[in-house]
Amino acid sequence: MPPSEHELRLRDRLSRLRNMSLLGGAKLSGELQRLQRQLDRIGEEPTGDDIWRSVELARHPERPYTLDYVDALLDDWFELHGDRSRGDDAAMIAGLGKLAGRTVVLVGQQKGRDIHQRTERRFGMSNPEGYAKAMRAMELAETHGFPVISLVDTPGAYPGVDAEQHGQGGAIAESQTVMARLTVPTVACVIGEGGSGGAIAIALADRVLMQENAIYSVISPEGCAMILWRDASQAKKAAAAFKPDALHCLELGVIDAIVPEPKGGAHAAPAEAARLLGESLREALDDLVDVPGDELRRRRRAKFRSLGVFA
Amino acid sequence: MAKIDVSIETEDKPAPPPKHPNTCPGCHSHYRDDELERAQWVCAQCGHHFPMRARARIAALLDEGSFYEEASDLHSEDPLGFFDLRPYTERLAEAEMSTGLADAMVIGQGAIEGRGCELAVMDFAFMGGSMGSVVGEKFSRACDSAAERGVPLLSITSSGGARMQEGILALMQLPKTVCAVEDLHDAGQPMLSVMAHPTTGGVLASFATLGDILLAEPGALMSFAGPRVVQELTREKLPDDFGRAEQNLRFGQIDAIVPRPELRSTLGLLLRIFDAPV
Repeated sequence: MPPSEHELRLRDRLSRLRNMSLLGGAKLSGELQRLQRQLDRIGEEPTGDDIWRSVELARHPERPYTLDYVDALLDDWFELHGDRSRGDDAAMIAGLGKLAGRTVVLVGQQKGRDIHQRTERRFGMSNPEGYAKAMRAMELAETHGFPVISLVDTPGAYPGVDAEQHGQGGAIAESQTVMARLTVPTVACVIGEGGSGGAIAIALADRVLMQENAIYSVISPEGCAMILWRDASQAKKAAAAFKPDALHCLELGVIDAIVPEPKGGAHAAPAEAARLLGESLREALDDLVDVPGDELRRRRRAKFRSLGVFA
Repeated sequence: MAKIDVSIETEDKPAPPPKHPNTCPGCHSHYRDDELERAQWVCAQCGHHFPMRARARIAALLDEGSFYEEASDLHSEDPLGFFDLRPYTERLAEAEMSTGLADAMVIGQGAIEGRGCELAVMDFAFMGGSMGSVVGEKFSRACDSAAERGVPLLSITSSGGARMQEGILALMQLPKTVCAVEDLHDAGQPMLSVMAHPTTGGVLASFATLGDILLAEPGALMSFAGPRVVQELTREKLPDDFGRAEQNLRFGQIDAIVPRPELRSTLGLLLRIFDAPV
């Protein structure tokens, strides 16, 4: 059977990816094997069922969250609290620590494990105070020359009365602006749900990675179904239409690489999931740390300004 | 047996009697088109601001004959082969037919009270002013054009947010426009942002709120999440002016609310302040 157009496009993109310096260190670390695995699978266009499985795995209640990866990957972790203005948003984590001996600033959304935590952390949906905290941490990184790692895991920004009164939209825009200005290396990884504006607020990075079963989308499947089908139960259909899975994001050039997960999903073997994530983060950083800061920033903006399809 | 997709567009309740678009929702005054046109689509009785089309705005704001449109031929593609109840391509074609625009933003060069500026004006009539690849690209080019010519950028937004039918690429127009504004700022040029009803979702959460000066039209809804979403989640009664320009002004989110008839002179003043010679 001749390769589908989809496969050809993906092959082309993956071959370009191979030539990118991101995967230059690949031979050392098995990245190439991972790529091969990705390449082996792309013959099959993800079906609606595959996409929905990603949605379910991305939201799995036992899926590792930001602080689980912090525990597994960072030494000397010190968590920062508060936006120095109004409050401390538990939905957004910020802190300093060492990744493989290198001091980094890490920001990321945090969902909760039990009902108490979930309420406190609002299921990982940040208020403007959360973005303000992330911005403060990223500016701290800029001052001291630390790379920034962001882990994205949010259904979206919190839709609340206070959030709106305190400038939710402006906070998301401002957080992206801070990232567009940084001269330190930045790596973002979508580790669960990359939901809309709430996600992109901390994902304007030099390298954007996505775990194999994560989703990254402009709206939640339920929200899309509600608007277009006027029926939230059509979520599966909606997800199949707007394709939030990692393979499609890679194909569209929205992410730079897919981070593999253990068989059955990250929750099936959290330690292995953390190891694979740590490897990808380190490789991406290794590749960026020697690039001069203004060049990093120039390339970062050029990359995001090139996204879109039009004629 | 193959399943047949029986989804068709149906309304589950009878539609309310159609209101004439020229009937003021504020005071029920009724106007002819030419009356509204002359009044810049503002109700003479109660001051309600009707939606205003992009080209009508440009004509009302700019010095006569000063507008030179750019990138008018950019069209959306359908990167996902998106199909909900109808194909995206069909929705695009229909929007183009009914609005006479290729997408939801018009950009170009112009002058106000003799001072040059670059203009990026959104049109809500084109798919709810939603931002997809073309809106992002046009805004991005407007930033470059302003930077090259050394003039300020004037943005007028009216948008429900990102365009779902372009999926993740629609979301990527947020960082794209954010980076474009930063490049404009690095070139030393200001952006003046006017938010008209409604400026919500992804447009509010990207370039619209990044202006050096933030203005809004009276009554404009400017919330990231829609009132219905917030109401459903919080189960609270929302304040009457939830997300409106007036609330945003009170909470310090914008610099001023400017009624439409005063917009041209206000922008003229700001262009003088930022000193943009023709």
